[in-house]
Parts: sequence; structure tokens; C-alpha cells
Amino acid sequence: MYSPEILFAALLNGVMTGAIYALIAVGLTLVYGVLHIINFAHGAILTAAMFAVYGLHAAWRVDPYLALLPLTVGFFVLGYAVQQLIIGPASRGDDGNILLITLGLAIIIENALLAVFRSDTRSVDVPYAFSVVEIGGLLFSLPRLLAVAVVIAVALLLWLFLAYSRTGVAIRAVAKEKIGAELCGIDVARIYAVTFGLGAACLAIAGSLLMPTYLVNPRVGNAFVLVAFTIVVLGGMGSVPGALLGGLFIGVVESFSGLFMGESLGQIGIFLIFILVLLVRPTGLFGAKA
Amino acid sequence: MKIGILQPVTGALAQDGEHGRLGAEIAIEEINAAGGIKSLGGARLSMVFGDARSNPEGGVAEVERMQAEGVVAIIGGFASPIALAASQAAARYDIPYVVDVGVSDQIVQRGLRNTFRFGPGFGTVTKAALDNLVAINEAAGRPARTVVIVHEDGLFGSGLARLLNAQLPERGFTVLETISHPTPSRDMSNVALRIRALNPDVLIPSSYYSEFVLLARTLHQQRIKPKAIYAVLNGAASNFRFVREFPEAANLIMDCNHWADPRKAKTAEVRAKAEATGRFWLYNIPLNYSCVRLVADAIERAGSTDRIRIIEALAASTFEDHIMPYGPTRFLNGQNQGAAPVNTQVQDRDIKVIFPRAFANATPIFPAV
Repeated sequence: MYSPEILFAALLNGVMTGAIYALIAVGLTLVYGVLHIINFAHGAILTAAMFAVYGLHAAWRVDPYLALLPLTVGFFVLGYAVQQLIIGPASRGDDGNILLITLGLAIIIENALLAVFRSDTRSVDVPYAFSVVEIGGLLFSLPRLLAVAVVIAVALLLWLFLAYSRTGVAIRAVAKEKIGAELCGIDVARIYAVTFGLGAACLAIAGSLLMPTYLVNPRVGNAFVLVAFTIVVLGGMGSVPGALLGGLFIGVVESFSGLFMGESLGQIGIFLIFILVLLVRPTGLFGAKA
Repeated sequence: MKIGILQPVTGALAQDGEHGRLGAEIAIEEINAAGGIKSLGGARLSMVFGDARSNPEGGVAEVERMQAEGVVAIIGGFASPIALAASQAAARYDIPYVVDVGVSDQIVQRGLRNTFRFGPGFGTVTKAALDNLVAINEAAGRPARTVVIVHEDGLFGSGLARLLNAQLPERGFTVLETISHPTPSRDMSNVALRIRALNPDVLIPSSYYSEFVLLARTLHQQRIKPKAIYAVLNGAASNFRFVREFPEAANLIMDCNHWADPRKAKTAEVRAKAEATGRFWLYNIPLNYSCVRLVADAIERAGSTDRIRIIEALAASTFEDHIMPYGPTRFLNGQNQGAAPVNTQVQDRDIKVIFPRAFANATPIFPAV
């Protein structure tokens, strides 16, 4: 049995990893909630965001945290444009096609990144990468703790936006009843694009938060998105608070099962929960009743 | 004259594959510049490149294509599973196949007469690694007794962990725990936590590049400092990219791995050419460079493009114009008997050779704390 300090450290490690999972899952679940498709390009866009952070740092020494704001805006515009100019027209009104288009986009983005950046694993060297905060004799990574705070702030802002802004209300309306929303004069195509943009913006934030302590290569995004899928199902497909809490929960589960069963076997914890949720509560923790 | 170069340049192993290809390119260029294969009237070598796409099926498909293009020999594979499958596919057409890295000893135990491995296998590397670890420990008055092994959970890492678990106790070390992790890993914090709780004297990691970088950075951040981090065939501990990017986390890490012979003048020349392309000096470059030269030498002596005659020439090879620390080549059942790994240590932001003593350019710094 491990000492209480180590258990506490594992708990906090889980929360820190889980916060990033949550942010990635929020983007995924938002797109699912509105467009009713799984965005297969999610992992590739995350990789692109991480390379963008890396590229800005390599070319002009832009700090990943300074890059956060412009990249969030940039990726929102990018996501908006991709939905409006590529996915929307190419789907020809059939939402089922969107799934295939995002799959195709994923392949194109990943291989474009491979061609430009080659296959090497890269990371950014920032002075605070190894900064730690001491809590009860244990050392915690400052950039990762900061990431938790940023994720909570982003989730709060997103929630406020969805709850109170006109666009937020329109997004919820389209998510609930697309045809009804259209009849009320809501521009569904624009809402689709805004939602896709928001999903991409979440990934830009996640990329900026990850890079000070993590690394990037053309395949890196998929490792996160597989877990994010699980979180989306756990939290309830389309539920933003579900994705947030689900992310933190999965992070902690992964951390403890890794500690007790070993990192390789620890992954089982995540997928056991995935199967349990599907069996017992297929709508997820916060999902609407089907 | 067409030479097949098979490397994974897309997928998980692409970093290694790209550097392997570079080594082969440099060798082919040099051979052609020096007048090609003289016994065949100065025939020039031309590369038929195949992307193994980081999996055995990809490797086999490319062997078939190379056969259709009429290559006289194939070099490469990098990963054990790719080398196993590709050499088998080449055997059906009697294409001479020279494995560049592929450390699994199964590769040279199948009785395939077309398959040659120029570098050392698993068994040889593990034995050398443990001999050197014992020597380093003895010289320092035996401060290290306990070991934690961290390994990736695939064919390479698990196989190595099994060998180490069997042999470390015989050498007077206690294995406190063997921790496996998946590839890719998203976080190494918990592995670091367990290492902290176990507090071993020596940490032996065997992972691919990204995971080891993550582990080393986490250990550095958590200020976990075993007396030695002693890697075996590790993806990062003798990789200049890692040393340049994280000099503090990489400092004093030791690795037992493939490495070019620093005594040879040619080594510096090949390294300069490789670095001029903007790449880091990875062991894949000198290994593939040497393998191409080995094959060219065999063709030269065979004086023919006949595959069987080239296989015979390879089997009888005494080639020594390579840049690995091996001495003259001598194949026994396809395995180069002189092949041996080298122990390196990161010192002063550079990768220094600490074993074998014959050409070491630094003495081991141990214990590290």
C-alpha cells in the first residue's frame, strides 16, 4: 500500500491530466451535441494546434501562454471556415457524410504535418517547464497546475456563453431541435460553423496548455482523443458539464489504476468504466434521456 | 544496379526510418562518386526506396515491389517485426537481405540463407550492458544494489525486461519492480511517483523516444535522482535531439546501444554530411551507411548481379571499411560475430563513449549523485 502522500499526489496528477482530457472532450461533445456526428478530425486538429504552438515558439520565441489567445481566435476562425467552406458544402445536406469528411480531413492534416515537420518528436523549451509548487513535501508541476485553472475558467466562460448569449441560446436550440430552430429563423449552417469553430478553439487552448510540459509529433493527438471519446460517452453525448466532470473523473481513474495496476494495465480502468456506463447508463451521467 | 532500401518513414517509427534512409543515401552517393562497382565496369548504385509504414505488412508489400523492380539486395527494416517479415519475403526470391537494426535474435535463428544482420542482437547487447554495469559499479565500490526497470509494453521493451529480470539477480542486483507503460503514453507522473516510493539505486529504462523524454523530464522535475539512469537500447538516451533540447534532464544518463566508432576518421566525415542536412546524429545513420558499404563490397567481390553469388559473397565477407566499432565482419548463420554495442553517457551536453575502454573518450561518472 502506498503512503497517503503518494495517494494524494496520484489524485492531483489525475486531476491535472484529467483537466486537459476534459477540455479536449468539451470540444468533441459540443460538436456532437449540435452536429450529431463524431468529429474524427479532432485528434488531427489538436496535433495541428500543438504544432502551431511549437512553430510560433521555434520561429519567434513566442511563449506558449502568449500564443494561447491568438491561437484560440485563429483556430476558431479556422474551424468556422472549415465547416462553412468544406464540410458543409461537401456533406450535401446529409449529416452522415460529415463523419466521412472529418475522417478524410484527419488523414490530410496528419500527412500535411508529417510532410512539413517530419516525424521527429519535438518540444518547446521554456524556462518554467520544470517549475514546481511544493504542497506537503510533494512537488507539482506549475504549468500543469496552471492548466487546471485555465480549463476551469474556459469551461465557466463556455457555460456562460451557452447559457446567456444569443448565439449560445441558438446553439442549444439547434442541438435540441434543428428543424424547429430553423423555423424560428436561426441560421443553422452558421451555428454549425460556430460550433465547429468553438471545438477547434478548445483544442488550440489545450495545445497551448500541453506544450510547456508535453511533446508533439504528427500522431500525438490521437492518444488524447481516444480517451476524449470515452469521456464524451461517460459524461453524456453533447453535455458540456458532463465532459468537464467526466474528464476529471477519467483522469483520476487512470491515475489510480496506473498506480495500482501498472501503466499498461491501468488503461483497463478507463475502458471498464466505458463498458459499465454503456451497460448501466447508456445516456451517460448528464445525457438527456433518449 | 538497384539496391532496395527499406525503412519506416511514416507512422510511429518514422523518425528512425528517416535517419536510416539518410545513412544509406550518404553511402550510395559516396560509392558512386568513387566510381561505382569496379568489377562490374563502374556500375552505379541506384536506390529503390520502400516505406515500411511502421508495420510488417508494409515492409512485405515493399519487398514485393522491390522484387518487381529487380533489386539485387535489400537493406534495412529497422524494427524487429518489420525485419522478420521483410527478410522472409525476400527469402522467397533469394534476395540478399541485410538487417540494419532489428535486435530480436529470432531474425537470425530461422536458417534463412539470404538474411544477414550486421549489428548486434538483444542477447549480445544485454550481456554487454550488464557486464559494463557491473564493472562501473565495482569501480565505484559497489554503491548500487537495487534496480527498477521501466519498459514499453511491446515486443522490444517486454522482451528486454524479461532478459534483464533473469540476469540482474545473478549479477548481484535486486529488481525492486518492473514497471511497464504503453506507447504512446500521455503522462509519466505516476511512474515517477512509484520510482520515488521505491527509491532504487539504478533505473533501467527501455522505451521509444517520446516516452523516455517524458519520463526523464518528469524525473528531473520531481527531483528524483537515482545513482544512475542506465538505459538499454533506449530510444533517447543516445539521441542528440534529446541532449540539445533538455541538457539538464539528459545529464549523466547512460545508454548501452548501437553507436559509431569515434576513432575512425570516416565517422566524423559521415557525421558532418548528415548534420549538414539538418538532422541529428542518430545511430541509424552510421549503421545503414555501413550496411550499404557492406553490400557494395559483396557485389564488388561477387563481380556479378546474380543474387546467389552476392549471398555467397556476403556469407564470406571480411568487410572492415565500416564506421561501427566491430572489426572485420564475420557472419555465422547470418549474424555478424564482431557486432557489439557501446556504452555512452551524456556528459557536458555531449554524448561520450564510456565503454569499451579501447576507444572510450570519457570515464563513467557514477554515482551521479
